[in-house]
Order: sequence, then structure tokens, then C-alpha cells
Amino acid sequence: MLDLGPHAAFIWISYGAAAFCVIALALWAWGDERGQTKRLADLERRGLKRRSGQGQGNS
Amino acid sequence: MADLTNTETIRPGWFSTLANPTTFMRLSGKVLPWLTIATLLLFAVGLTGAFLAPPDYQQGETVRIMFIHVPSAWLAMMCYTIIAISSAGYLIWRHPLADVSAKAAAPIGATFTLLALVTGSLWGKPMWGAYWVWDARLTSVLILFFLYLGLIALRQAIDEPGRAGRAAAILALIGAVNIPIIKYSVNWWNTLHQPASVIRADGPTIHSSLLWPLLVMAIAFTLLFVVLHLKAMRAEILRRRCDALIARHVRGDAARAGTEEAANA
Repeated sequence: MLDLGPHAAFIWISYGAAAFCVIALALWAWGDERGQTKRLADLERRGLKRRSGQGQGNS
Repeated sequence: MADLTNTETIRPGWFSTLANPTTFMRLSGKVLPWLTIATLLLFAVGLTGAFLAPPDYQQGETVRIMFIHVPSAWLAMMCYTIIAISSAGYLIWRHPLADVSAKAAAPIGATFTLLALVTGSLWGKPMWGAYWVWDARLTSVLILFFLYLGLIALRQAIDEPGRAGRAAAILALIGAVNIPIIKYSVNWWNTLHQPASVIRADGPTIHSSLLWPLLVMAIAFTLLFVVLHLKAMRAEILRRRCDALIARHVRGDAARAGTEEAANA
């Protein structure tokens, strides 16, 4: 374990907060894209097609 | 004079082609895995450097907070600048991708601004003896955080997406005044916050053993922002495609119902 002196708690909490924020943002960004991809696929499966996809059978 | 009757001679510029949502989805899908790998590698190098660097002669070990505080603060300002540029693009050219960019960047910018405030507080306590002081730099960054929250809330408060986008764009441009205030606050006013020590006319004042991990971390955070922004933009484009499909379907149903009603009358 690194010896970070008397203010180690301040340093570790800072890095912990940064890790929490980065992980939360990554989960949000990846999850949102995945959710919307599934939603679009579901709509297309139900027969709702984009104008560009009509006539080609896909979008 | 250009022959405007011959449509083959009119080609969209590279920017218009890139700003096409379908092209954007294709290109971003290709570059994202490489950008993600580069971001992870830079974080590995930057964090190693951050913990192997010698303690500062004045600040001791607490200087290690700098390696996440400074890049967070940098991203907080860069992200807002991108929102302001995107907002100007949306108001001037009405390009939907500019609105997508502004909307997608707001939660990311808000998070990094909050992180800059939190890590700044945690650095301030051992160095200044206080978590918070109402000086120009800290107050202007707090205003930036409220601006981000305002942008997010404004979009959620207006149902019609076009009107929400325009209102948020106007607020973003008005709030952009705060960015030079944050940057130069340490020069313009007497403040407890230290003056700029990296980007200076006479060169950085930080020792090279601390400077290189800081620069690597700054690049890593910037690439992280690019990855998150592209991902959030892709999600927003897909959301708008879904909403457009549903709206077209609802309009189609309403039109069919109207036709049947007219036929029965």
C-alpha cells in the first residue's frame, strides 16, 4: 500500500469520486445506446420502418 | 457561373457529409473501439505516473489530487465550450446533429464540473484549511455547474424537442460568458486559488516529473470525453429515430381514422 502521508484519506476519496463518476458516466452512455438500439429494433420488428429503410426491408 | 440545373455538379461539402446522422453513426461506430482502447492505455500510463511521481516540495503527497482535479476542471470548461459552439451551429444552421451534440454533452460536463468541485474541496482542506471559499474561481465554477443543471432542466421542462433545443441553445450561448471569467478569474481578482501553472506565456511552472503525468491524464480525460460524447450522441440519434417512427405511426393511424370517418359520413 502506498504511504500517502497524513492526508491519504483526502487523496483516496478524490480518486474514489473520480472512479465513481467515470464508471457512472460509462454505464449511462453504454446503457442508453444499448437501450435505444433495442427499442429501435423492437419498433422495426413490429413493422415500423424508417423512410430510408422502406422498400429495402431494413433500415 | 455554376450550372444550377445540373444537380450532379452540386455536391455536399465534407462537413455536411460528416454531419449526416447516418454517416456519423457509421464513422463513430468504427472509431469508438480504437478510441476506447487508447483512452484505457493513456489512463494506465497517466495513473502510473501520477502515483510514481515524487511528492511536491510544498504540497507533499496531496499534489496527487492535481492529476484528477486539473483534467476535470479542464473538461468542465471544454465541454461547455463544445455545447456553446454546437448551440451556435444549431441556431444558425438548424442542423439537428448540432443539437444532438449539445444535448449529449450536458450531463457529461455537469459530472466533470461536480468532480472538479469535489476534488478541489478535498485538495483545499489540507492546503488552505477550508473545503470552500467564496473566491472568484470557485464561485464561477459553481455557476458553471448550475448552468449545466439549468440546460438539462430546461430541455426536460419543454415537451416540443425543437423549442427545447432552441431555448437550451440560447441559454448555453448566454452562459458562455462564464468561460473566460473562469479562465481569467485568477488573474483579474485577488483569489486564494493558485494562478495558471501549465498554460502560461512563459511556459509551465510545474516540475517535469509532475508535468508529464498531468499532461497524459489531461489527454486521457479528453479522450474519455470524446468516447462518452460519441456514445451519448449515438444514443440520442437512436432515441430520435425511435420517436420519429412512433410519431409517424401515430400520424398514419390518425390519418387512416380520418379517412374512414370521412368515408362513413
